[in-house]
Amino acid sequence: MPPPRTGRPPEPWAPQGERVNIIVCVKQVPDTEAPIRIKTDGSGIDETALNLVMNYYDEHATEAGLRLREQFGGSVTLLSVGHERAKEALRTGLAMGADEAILISDSAAEGVDHLGLARVLAEVIRSLPHDVVICGKISTDDNAGIVGPALAEYLNLPQATAIAHLEVDAMGTSAVVHREVEGGVEVLQVPFPAVLTVERSLNEPRYPSLPGIMKAKRKEIKTLNLAAARLTPSTVGAAASRTVLASLSTPPKRKAGRILDGDMDQAVAAIVAFLKDEAKVL
Amino acid sequence: MSHDVWVVVEHQDGLAKKISLELLGCARALAAAWSGKVVAFVPGGSTSQVAAALGARGADMVFAAEHPLLQRYTTDGYATVLTEALRADPPAVALFGATSQGRDLAPRVAARLGVGIVTDCTSVGVQDGTLVATRPMYTRKAIGTIRFKETAPRIAVVLPAMYPLPPEQPQRKAEIRSWPVQLDARAIRTTVREVKTIQRETIPLIDADIIVSGGRGMKGPENFALLDALARALGGAVGSSRPPVDSGWVPHDYEIGQTGKTVSPQVYLACGISGAPQHLAGMSGSKHIIAINKDPNAPLLQLADLGIVGDLFQILPKLTDAVKRVKSSP
Ligand SMILES: Cc1cc2nc3c(=O)[nH]c(=O)nc-3n(C[C@H](O)[C@H](O)[C@H](O)COP(=O)(O)OP(=O)(O)OC[C@H]3O[C@@H](n4cnc5c(N)ncnc54)[C@H](O)[C@@H]3O)c2cc1C
Ligand SMILES: Nc1ncnc2c1ncn2[C@@H]1O[C@H](COP(=O)(O)O)[C@@H](O)[C@H]1O
Repeated sequence: MPPPRTGRPPEPWAPQGERVNIIVCVKQVPDTEAPIRIKTDGSGIDETALNLVMNYYDEHATEAGLRLREQFGGSVTLLSVGHERAKEALRTGLAMGADEAILISDSAAEGVDHLGLARVLAEVIRSLPHDVVICGKISTDDNAGIVGPALAEYLNLPQATAIAHLEVDAMGTSAVVHREVEGGVEVLQVPFPAVLTVERSLNEPRYPSLPGIMKAKRKEIKTLNLAAARLTPSTVGAAASRTVLASLSTPPKRKAGRILDGDMDQAVAAIVAFLKDEAKVL
Repeated sequence: MSHDVWVVVEHQDGLAKKISLELLGCARALAAAWSGKVVAFVPGGSTSQVAAALGARGADMVFAAEHPLLQRYTTDGYATVLTEALRADPPAVALFGATSQGRDLAPRVAARLGVGIVTDCTSVGVQDGTLVATRPMYTRKAIGTIRFKETAPRIAVVLPAMYPLPPEQPQRKAEIRSWPVQLDARAIRTTVREVKTIQRETIPLIDADIIVSGGRGMKGPENFALLDALARALGGAVGSSRPPVDSGWVPHDYEIGQTGKTVSPQVYLACGISGAPQHLAGMSGSKHIIAINKDPNAPLLQLADLGIVGDLFQILPKLTDAVKRVKSSP
């Protein structure tokens, strides 16, 4: 395998002697199993007492990174933009086996939109050796799917989104991926360095091992602020956001339905009548 | 910035996709609010047949961006053409469908232009003069209203089935112009090796007005034939909850819910699906919901407009026969 084709020399904290430099972007989100409480003024959700976890798809992204490292050698570096407590999500990834983790945390970045987030991540990634950057397909709180492609744009790299299969060539210089498209599967070849976003069917994320968890506890998580990433609030803070969450509300309640129990022929007749008279599709 | 509203049209075999026609309907309402024009932007290898049909669906103007390198979708090729077009003549809004293409392309274009983008929109409208979009958030436990700031254009990626198909008005014509495309093959860094089509018994989920969906209660892959038969009789599509996907009974593109698709058909008929929050995330916006479940306490029965407590294996064959009878009677 040739030396990594990355633009910049590794920064002092980057692991030395690696072969494939893998960056995985990780977001901390509310656990989807739990109910959420919308603040009474509709400005957001009440985050106290909320169980926060690593975004579901980012577990798949981390797994993809670890498998590439196992195949080629190299290192997996996790990046997250968020509060101090987002370190917990990074620890989950370290416990799975990632080598390093960096948290970008700055109150000035609050209220940043997804493009701003991608800008922050891009600036940090630019300063690290990177052969492949892996994101989740979407985050389960925002469901945006914006950060991955925007990151690819800011890094001027090719992208492959929502991949369900990944095969990297023996040289580690490009990948063949499968993407689910309407009615089929697109088989795409992407040269490295590239940004990939992953679908859940790509892999089965491993559970953190006990030694992994112990090791992760002791690992230092490097924390950066915006200035360290050569950014200012005026370029990526709330003021620079192009969209604003105006309000959050509970979904409209569905009107109460009816439940039928008993004779199967009556049930069939009721469904047919419903399709005809209420839904008007028959 | 003009007051026009652009729709980025997806098409196949000379026909615009259903989602793109729905977007023309959405665009008409926006254009009316601003007294702007509805412009359909049609990238592709050959576009004349699609372009010709769009006036009848509500486009005032069609830009046909034809180039051999646009025959197949690539992020680089399409993003280059679209950003140049949107920069040259920025509309107020550009609408994309929430398809595999739209989700891949729109954020990249937004980042290159540095303009506001909202994905997974369930509505896009004008409130007190500003553009707002609504979208499900937090596994559809909340609906967010997002306000766009004044960038041009503003980009909205809209979910399927949010807007009705605009009626076809055959006498309505759009002005069709060809959009000059300059594209260098070297600008396209990825190579599409092939697109394998997966043959399905029924129409795609994204196009379906009726979705018949099966869960763990289907017991095995062979029983999905019962759903195929009903969906065929109804002219609908077949979907599933997550366990049938995880068990390998059906491919992942059947999955509906948080880690699958978001659908909003006229009718969603769930068979042997309990109604976990992650499943509801993908389908609770359906117009009408029917659920069949043998457990009277299943959450989906409570949510449904019509809940049937019973054995799906007894009901489905009878229901398919009954539907066929209604369809064949004059
Ligand atoms: C992060 C995350 C993401 C997830 N994303 C999704 C998602 O996108 N989509 C999704 O669906 N799930 C998702 N899940 C899984 C979800 O939590 C549930 O486990 C899943 O939806 C259950 O599927 P089910 O209703 O088919 O199965 P079950 O909950 O097992 O329900 C089966 C139902 O079938 C009924 N039944 C059995 N036999 C019959 C019969 N003969 N006739 C009638 N009824 C019968 C039973 O009474 C039961 O109610 C996700 C979970 C997690 C943690
Ligand atoms: N705050 C964040 N920090 C690090 N990565 C993020 C962050 N937000 C989003 N991402 C990455 O971008 C993906 C898609 O997120 P989104 O665009 O919010 O749907 C996630 O799966 C992550 O990989």
